[in-house]
Amino acid sequence: MDERHFTTLSAEKYITSSCAISKGVVLKDGERLFENDGANAAAFMVSVYQHFQVSYPKFYKMDNLGKLGLLTSEILLKNSFNKEQYQPEKVGLVLANKNSSLDDDIKYWDSVKDIASPSLFVYTLPNIVIGEICIRNGFKGEHAFYIQQNFDADFIANQVNYLVDNDILDACICGWADFLEQEYKAVFFLVEKKTNGSSVVFSSGNMNNVFNK
Amino acid sequence: MSGQSVYIIADNVFAPLGKTTAENFANLKQNLSGVKQHQHSTQAYFAALFDDDSFADDPNYTKFESLAIVSINEALNQSGLDLSDEKTVLIISSTKGNVSLLETGKNTPELQQRIALSASAKLIAEHFGFVNEPVIISNACVSGVMAIIAGMRLIKSGQYENAVIVGADVISEFVLSGFRSFQALSPEVCRPFDKSRDGLNLGEGAGTIILSSNQEYSGNIKVLGGGISNDANHISGPSRTGKELAYAIEQSLKDANLSAGDIDFISAHGTATVYNDEMEANAISLSGLESVPLNSLKGYYGHTLGAAGLIESIISLQSMKEDIFFPTPGFEEQGVTRPVNVSAQPVRLSAKNILKTASGFGGCNAAVVFGK
Repeated sequence: MDERHFTTLSAEKYITSSCAISKGVVLKDGERLFENDGANAAAFMVSVYQHFQVSYPKFYKMDNLGKLGLLTSEILLKNSFNKEQYQPEKVGLVLANKNSSLDDDIKYWDSVKDIASPSLFVYTLPNIVIGEICIRNGFKGEHAFYIQQNFDADFIANQVNYLVDNDILDACICGWADFLEQEYKAVFFLVEKKTNGSSVVFSSGNMNNVFNK
Repeated sequence: MSGQSVYIIADNVFAPLGKTTAENFANLKQNLSGVKQHQHSTQAYFAALFDDDSFADDPNYTKFESLAIVSINEALNQSGLDLSDEKTVLIISSTKGNVSLLETGKNTPELQQRIALSASAKLIAEHFGFVNEPVIISNACVSGVMAIIAGMRLIKSGQYENAVIVGADVISEFVLSGFRSFQALSPEVCRPFDKSRDGLNLGEGAGTIILSSNQEYSGNIKVLGGGISNDANHISGPSRTGKELAYAIEQSLKDANLSAGDIDFISAHGTATVYNDEMEANAISLSGLESVPLNSLKGYYGHTLGAAGLIESIISLQSMKEDIFFPTPGFEEQGVTRPVNVSAQPVRLSAKNILKTASGFGGCNAAVVFGK
């Protein structure tokens, strides 16, 4: 009963932008913007960076998960997000994945056999990708990184609803970012309390529609 | 937000210093520490590590999973919760889980599956018969505090009635070599907030807190509020100002309907790295808490990573019950720009509300308030 009561009080929230990157394809709001199915996973990340003319040299220092998340957030926000409308503390992230930072863990552990690399070690935490996106955009709000066997849209929706309904955040990037060797998939949603031309209501069902596309 | 009150109904600390909260507390009263000198190849280092025979040797579980299981088990026995009940959720906090399997196993898809935290969560949940999908948080060194906040909210919002929250991490060569490569380890026992602090000690352990909205426990200590923020400054170095941790502290106070003057004690993160403690002291001052007595328990437990938020909260909750707060081993002379009230001696104090803080890689900060 509490849950129902809680829902009726909640602010209307919309997915004002979405971006999905997987299997050599970049989709924004469902539209195919870029494709390069010949490249290996790491080279594909660089091709996306170049195609979308992202200008952020720190990109090259990041691990694969950091690159994937950074690119997904760049394309998600470009022409879709007006940062000036928000206080930095009111923008946050709720992300999840299956393999944590294992892609980088394996690379770091390989480095230990020679000389342990601090620049690989720093990426052996899944939430570093959140830190990278926060640094890039100046977002200072609440965030969390969850590990899930499969994308749990209901859980993510509940988390975001709590944060927005309780006035902790005004805008939130949520979704999935997973990278392990040649397999990668990121699907991000921008959630705001307003509509735009392409927005849909924020719900687990609408997230799953994009995620499973 | 308002909503259900969230009571702490049981807890366990399973660490090198003791296998129950009571055993840990008794050893702390004797001023014993789990941090000892160890040898790895040619290098000596200080850390709080389990003896090899601390765990039952069950081939079905890794050391990480065994650690989580023994801690949950002891706390559950106190609580008498019925886990077949859909109103109970399991929350697991860890930074590195089973990563040590990489050190001995061949990198195969099977090994990758086994390392995934969701694989451990499934085994742990099945061991006890939890019926809901476990929640897993892996958010660097704030994971434990975040897990307590997540549990509080899942109950406040009415999604669950009970939350069993466990944090666990083990120290293997992967973690040890990493912190060493960062030159983050002190060559001695760590000295939080001290002028001569020169790095942290690692520690392994687990902590479990069980939360409930059941009014039967209305006399118990409550989780009152939480706040989380990001520095947006650097992935491996803390904020220069401490403003962002201060924001998380303010959010936690607001959530708890309290002001700075209501906080009687602070359990700080206090890792004893130069930059963490400086940032944390700044944040505490910015929040108007500079005169509130605080400690760092890192000199007793080392930095237990994903377990730290739980272990240090549980010891501080026990301190609230027994009116005795522990000192900060290694602290002698104030070594931060904006002085804070670091306890060098045990503090006899009847505390109504306390604050627990944490910060970590990725620029994350978290704060949680507990109150009677």
